[in-house]
Amino acid sequence: MTGERPSPPARFEPVSDGDLRIAEVPFRTQVNLRLDPGGPAAGDIGRALGVPLPAEPGTYGSADVDVLWLGPDEWLVVGEPGRERELETRLRDAAGTGHVAVTDVSAQRTTLLVAGPKARDLLAHGCALDLHPRVFGPGRCAQTMLARAQVLLVARDGDEFMVLVRPSFAGYLVAWLLDAAAEYVSGQPG
Amino acid sequence: MLIPCPWCGPRDEAEFHYGGQAHVAYPADPAALSDAEWARYLFFRDNPKGPFAERWSHAAGCRRWFNVVRDTATNEIHAVYRAGGQRPVSP
Ligand SMILES: [Zn+2]
Repeated sequence: MTGERPSPPARFEPVSDGDLRIAEVPFRTQVNLRLDPGGPAAGDIGRALGVPLPAEPGTYGSADVDVLWLGPDEWLVVGEPGRERELETRLRDAAGTGHVAVTDVSAQRTTLLVAGPKARDLLAHGCALDLHPRVFGPGRCAQTMLARAQVLLVARDGDEFMVLVRPSFAGYLVAWLLDAAAEYVSGQPG
Repeated sequence: MLIPCPWCGPRDEAEFHYGGQAHVAYPADPAALSDAEWARYLFFRDNPKGPFAERWSHAAGCRRWFNVVRDTATNEIHAVYRAGGQRPVSP
């Protein structure tokens, strides 16, 4: 360990326009969690996280971390960069001897922020999901395809989306987003 | 085609991976099978024109396996149920 950070996987000039913001939010802590939601560890882990493990598919809960539903026995805990050890330890302590898998997967995905009044329209160019706020409003998340890349899409307050994507796809996805955004961003050829 | 994942709801078919015929039971005593019986277990599958119980995986979504009764002629989906479940009785 040299203590140096690697470069952000996507590496691009962020877009900041009245209607649209696109930026990379790299290096966020991500811990994958697998356990039986009906088992004894589920409650302890929910208390340790400060938010119960969401049971409804396609939703997430928030405390000082976001806890995203990935599957009926699988969640992704997402926090600020640099919290890998602390979160992993907190979860392992809460799990005790229970049948729980805790895996640091922070390097598995980088995060793209897509925000603003045009964010939904932009994402809809390459996503088959219904992104209307009535269906996919704040508190919802989905693993799906965006422009044929596998992503984890997270809807937050204020027309803000987090798009989690594998680093090897990030450059491609950013190129696609910037191209699709041309018609929404002023001062750029449409 | 939209396939209704029992966990995530209807999603585009491109998110799914096909797993062939459902309810093909692993032989209770594989060592007792002749080569012909083993080949039949491995390679022989039904090929109906009409409703067919098959396995699908939501590969680009929740990554769970589940079962679908799909009409092979029309792609109409008659039933979706979780892996390990019984095939629903068709009307
Ligand atoms: Zn699913």
